[in-house]
Amino acid sequence: MSTAIVNPDFATALQTYKPVLGFEVHVELSTKSKMFCGCPTDFGAAPNTHVCPTCVGLPGSLPVVNQAAVEATIKIGLALNCEIAAWCRFARKNYFYPDMPKDYQISQYDEPLCSNGYLDVDVVDESGEHHTVRVEIERVHMEEDTGKLLHTGGDTGRIQGADYSLVDYNRAGVPLIEIVTKTIEGTGELAPEVGKAYVTQLRELVRSLGVSDVRMEQGSLRCDANVSLMRQDATEWGTRTETKNVNSLRSVERAIRSEIIRQASVLDAGGTITQETRHFQETTGDTTSGREKSDAEDYRYFPEPDLIPIAADPEWVEQLRAGLPEAPGLRVARLQQEWELTDFEMASIVNSDALDLVVATVEAGADHTSARKWWLGELTRIANNDSVALDSLAITPAQVARVAALVDEGALNDKLARKVIEGVLAGEGEPDEVVASRGLAVVSDDGPLIAAIDDAIAANPDVVAKITGGKPAAAGVIVGSVMKATRGQADAGRVRELLFAKLGVTE
Amino acid sequence: MNASADSMHLTSRTATELAAAIAAGDVSARQVTDAHLARIDAVDEGIHAFLHVDYDGARAQADAVDAKRAAGDTLGPLAGVPVALKDVFTQQGIPTTAGSRILEGWRPPYDSTVVTRLRNADCVILGKTNMDEFAMGSSTEHSGYGPTRNPWDTDRIPGGSGGGSAAAVAAFEAPLAIGTDTGGSIRQPASVTGTVGVKPTYGGVSRYGLIALASSLDQAGPCARTVLDAAHLHAALAGHDPKDSTSLDVAVPDVVSAARRADVRGMKVGLVKQLSGEGYQAGVSQRFDEAIEILRELGAEPVEVSCPNFEYALAAYYLILPSEASSNLARFDGMRFGIRVGDDGDANVEEVMSRTRAAGFGDEVKRRIMLGTYALSSGYYDAYYGQAQKVRTLIARDFDAAFNEVDVLVSPTAPTTAFKLGEKLDDPLAMYLNDVATIPVNLAGNAAMSLPIGLAPEDGLPVGLQIMAPSMADDRLYNVGAALETALTDRWGHLLIEEAPAL
Repeated sequence: MSTAIVNPDFATALQTYKPVLGFEVHVELSTKSKMFCGCPTDFGAAPNTHVCPTCVGLPGSLPVVNQAAVEATIKIGLALNCEIAAWCRFARKNYFYPDMPKDYQISQYDEPLCSNGYLDVDVVDESGEHHTVRVEIERVHMEEDTGKLLHTGGDTGRIQGADYSLVDYNRAGVPLIEIVTKTIEGTGELAPEVGKAYVTQLRELVRSLGVSDVRMEQGSLRCDANVSLMRQDATEWGTRTETKNVNSLRSVERAIRSEIIRQASVLDAGGTITQETRHFQETTGDTTSGREKSDAEDYRYFPEPDLIPIAADPEWVEQLRAGLPEAPGLRVARLQQEWELTDFEMASIVNSDALDLVVATVEAGADHTSARKWWLGELTRIANNDSVALDSLAITPAQVARVAALVDEGALNDKLARKVIEGVLAGEGEPDEVVASRGLAVVSDDGPLIAAIDDAIAANPDVVAKITGGKPAAAGVIVGSVMKATRGQADAGRVRELLFAKLGVTE
Repeated sequence: MNASADSMHLTSRTATELAAAIAAGDVSARQVTDAHLARIDAVDEGIHAFLHVDYDGARAQADAVDAKRAAGDTLGPLAGVPVALKDVFTQQGIPTTAGSRILEGWRPPYDSTVVTRLRNADCVILGKTNMDEFAMGSSTEHSGYGPTRNPWDTDRIPGGSGGGSAAAVAAFEAPLAIGTDTGGSIRQPASVTGTVGVKPTYGGVSRYGLIALASSLDQAGPCARTVLDAAHLHAALAGHDPKDSTSLDVAVPDVVSAARRADVRGMKVGLVKQLSGEGYQAGVSQRFDEAIEILRELGAEPVEVSCPNFEYALAAYYLILPSEASSNLARFDGMRFGIRVGDDGDANVEEVMSRTRAAGFGDEVKRRIMLGTYALSSGYYDAYYGQAQKVRTLIARDFDAAFNEVDVLVSPTAPTTAFKLGEKLDDPLAMYLNDVATIPVNLAGNAAMSLPIGLAPEDGLPVGLQIMAPSMADDRLYNVGAALETALTDRWGHLLIEEAPAL
């Protein structure tokens, strides 16, 4: 958990007002096909290649519900302790927009598939104390994603002012799950941290179910944060704003904090809050005004007549419940205890999205210390350099475990191990194959080492004088020279031993 | 026999006869198709049943059937028989407009399931028939491409919305046609053109590729000149389709056997009290009463039944239909298909959408979109759409109660015979009242047929009788319809349609 820098405005705001939060999180499911047709859902295909009459809304086309999406939604609902509706329907949400092929979205309205759940969120305050905050879930429902608009020309980057706009309907119809919380009160100054912790832990939960990539940067998890303020002595909620474009976990925290400060300053100046959509700006950390919602768009919801109701068989629901994985919160707590890690160490793993990888590496035979070292160190560095997710690197936990084993056996040192990893990532094969083909094994025969040490001694008489004169630390120069001569393949410890033995010096 | 007399001979035969002749090699599918194309060329200028005739496609399909036969393949019961397709179904590469200017020039990239089934049955699709725009109307006068005329009297309407399909069959331009029935759009045109039309049980025929008017009411079905022909087409179209979630996954009733059985002995036939009397033309009531007498003579037992909630059917229908239509028609926005109006470089996307819809939709479509938009609005939903859905439940209960006592229900299909073109164009309510007897079935989702029972004495125009059966008991329609048809044609010595004036 980050250490909060106390912003005087924030602290002042919290003296006068109580923040009330709410979240709408959209999760794109990673089903093979779309919500209502057979088109693939893969991210990144050429525009308008994953389309058919149904997902571009051609006249006469009809939707058919994707059963895998229903199953994934029920799993999410169960994991969030929701009730699963015995019978529910889809509804049409009517509005005109060019990214919406039918000019209505098939969604769920007053009959969501899952409702009345909760997620117990673990929040750590600045003094390091843990708080459990129960975030109540109002509903989890299914809907279809829209297409993607690309606005060209003009300088607004938006549809107003653009010369023309292009639409890519590949995303249209991708299954989308909306998870809506009830209002969250009583979080006080922890509000930003509660928001971040909720989204983080919700993401872990959904990820553990294997139903979505939950990648905020790719938009497969999107968070809208609702914030309103009420005076400390007030009994009614204030007007809320809905902040979109919150594209990272850190942004959740920043957006809430900034919106609390902004609303407080408006209210302090005697103003009123406009009910509107706001956009979080990553660069400034502020929110800016978007679409006004005061003229309350009327979506004219009505039950979707092209689809029959969903009646999930209670037996099937119980089967899904029985098959749910261990809840991520419990799992983290269990592993932290097993591995005897501090909160900080455990949080580092989780925040690096490395928990599953570390666990898999440990299961492949490595100890957790080396597993953590490689995933959080070298591999995270490479992933960040290449701007890819850690789990999409071309190396498996089993391969990392093998590299760690080679180091433990003394066959590799850390420097060589990094080269082995580099080779594996470059597609040169298994770690042992990379060791063999690149000739990376540690030189364990003393003969070549002694020869190299002799050369180094001859070349560095002044250093030798220092070592024999009582400054063993100077040995680093000789060791370095030997390592260079052996192209890094020597065991530095052994070189040191041999050097001191030759010079008759004890460390 | 000269060539034109020969082709007239082919166009006057029933679908069942044509299929048998083609299968026996007495005539080729190509000859049958050419005869009907020639008939279209000869008479359609005065009727305007077709919006598009697919000469090349039809001939190619006919040739394929002949090739199949030459190769010794077994042919189905409708192989080589021409069919006219209401222009509300998608057919790959063929202009499809739903009778609206807003879709002018659109050629769908995919086949509707109805088209796929027609292809599987080796039927020959002649072309697309005229209709009220987006199937909104009872006269085909609301087509964006001009009205269709009634072959019995070209100053009169052929019914609607499927006036084109009914007129094509009545004018011997096609032995069979496909219609869609949302509130009577197959049955009322059948009634006023002296033909047979069936609205199958909702979910009986796939809606995939049917441009939706009101999703919960729309149902595709057959138009024909005889009950048996309609049964063959019904059998070819019906059955579960995984592409339509509302399609029923149950066995299709054996409608062909039922049409051959034609035996009503011991059946109870319910006369719906609410669908008679005031508002019904005298000649319509007279022919209806005579038909009931015939059913009695055939061994059926007519009894009067009451369906009190039918009184609210029209009101409920005109809330549900516009509500669903307002949403279904939203996609016609000029962005992806059809016409685009006013994209002058300055107009924003909303303005282009608005201009396209203003130019592309006709008055009746706009009227219903506005009604539906209003009915679904926040604060009105419960009072309008919500209440209408409750009425719908009550009407379904009326049917359930009635079918506990009787096997089928009957009524006149339409209150009047064909009215004159323009007569009700300025009076939407009078137009809507035409569907008062057909609408309850659409609201409840069960099955119904209209078949000709004679000409009204006062105007010499066809009168239709409606038979209504429970859901998935479509076979009862064909059994009762065929029995009545046989008795009437025995009496007349021919089908009623043969009394229509020469064109």
